[in-house]
Amino acid sequence: MTTSLKAGPASLTSKPPEAPGSTLSLHRPVSRHDGSPGVAPHFVTAAFEGPLELLLQLIRANRVEIYNIPIAEITEQYLAALERMEDLDLGVAGEYVLIAATLIEIKSRMLLPQPQLDETDGDAEDPRAELVARLLEYQQFQAPVETLRTWEAERRAIFFREAMDVASDYMLPLAQGEVEVSQLFQALHRLLSDAGVDEAPVTAVTPRKRLSLRMKMMEVVRRLARAGESGVPFSSLFELPCARYEIVLTFLALLELLKLGKARATQLEIHDEILVFAYSRDEIAGVR
Amino acid sequence: MQAALEALLFVSGEPVPAADLARALLAEEHIVEAALRELQERLAEQEGGIQLLRIANGWQLATRPEHEEVIARLGAKAASRLSRPALETLAIIAYRQPITIPEIDAVRGTSASGVIKTLLERRLIVEAGRRPTPGRPALYTTTQDFLHYFAISDLSELPPLETSPTPAPVPAEAVADGRAAVPAED
Repeated sequence: MTTSLKAGPASLTSKPPEAPGSTLSLHRPVSRHDGSPGVAPHFVTAAFEGPLELLLQLIRANRVEIYNIPIAEITEQYLAALERMEDLDLGVAGEYVLIAATLIEIKSRMLLPQPQLDETDGDAEDPRAELVARLLEYQQFQAPVETLRTWEAERRAIFFREAMDVASDYMLPLAQGEVEVSQLFQALHRLLSDAGVDEAPVTAVTPRKRLSLRMKMMEVVRRLARAGESGVPFSSLFELPCARYEIVLTFLALLELLKLGKARATQLEIHDEILVFAYSRDEIAGVR
Repeated sequence: MQAALEALLFVSGEPVPAADLARALLAEEHIVEAALRELQERLAEQEGGIQLLRIANGWQLATRPEHEEVIARLGAKAASRLSRPALETLAIIAYRQPITIPEIDAVRGTSASGVIKTLLERRLIVEAGRRPTPGRPALYTTTQDFLHYFAISDLSELPPLETSPTPAPVPAEAVADGRAAVPAED
């Protein structure tokens, strides 16, 4: 009793004053006193993924039911495990301390005299109930994790055509003929370099023209409407040579129209010209 | 039909839904489905280098696992394995999606934010809107790439969660898998 309370959260912040035995011994027996049935668990893993996993491992190692955790014992083993983690300088995160505090609280509540608990429906009064629920919920996911692990291994043994591609070329599945944003972006880049804007001096003074995105959108919509079924090739939306902001504005207008569903872009083959269409005549009439 | 299907699947570098194949073949979807299954069987029987998989809501040709070593020697390399915390987080998201980070943390008893970043980078999960509660936490769901990463067709292939006294959302098609650690109630 006293030993486990001494190893409470307060001592976790600093090195225990009397580190018993060798500091690095992983296999130090955990329960030092009382002839409990629980075998001292030996852990090969130094770090746990979280406090609940540590707790589950202790429960498994002790071969006890989650529903009927021997709190005093488990608490002591849990605290001992934390101490070992400290000894190994792994650093004990706050979340471990939190569960330690919960365990100690449950333990103290279990010491208080209580009315006889009924095995079947006494759960509500059992101070362990909340922790048990959490452990069960956490445990639920352990089997799926193993399944995923197996699937992952099996999947690694097979290869797909895309897997041979350069990683950056991987594109999300897209319905045939639709245009990816990156393709539009590439088209814009081609256009900008065609316009030679990259070489233009930064200090160049461009005559100020009143232009807004809205105006540009209307202009594009009109052009698309005029082209009708045949569509407008992407590059001819831009009248070269023109200023960089003109290209950018037209491009933004196009993106906006695509987003609003007032225009549609298709590309029949890779590296083909992207064709832009007005979405439908009714829609065009609605644009102002 | 089977030959045409094989050609279509060979050309495609990604899983193709049966509906898309049907459209290309100008055929009814259920006929295409049947032909796909036949092709799958035929490829399995002839034990060649290729198999047909039902994966990520579609169909895709893949190499047979026996040839892993040969392919690896050619220089194809797979992405690094996922860590245990990553798999655990992914499992929780898969069963409880859409879900927020605090909800995942509550189940795992530890912080998942670092793991979430990795999963997002690998496109196994995606942010899908925000919960309209204070702080508007982001909601996460699994992706097509998730299905592809584990070579499954859809989420219903995930094993049912073991039953627990706290009612947890279990996939509708969940069936008892006979390894429930929890004693049956009532």
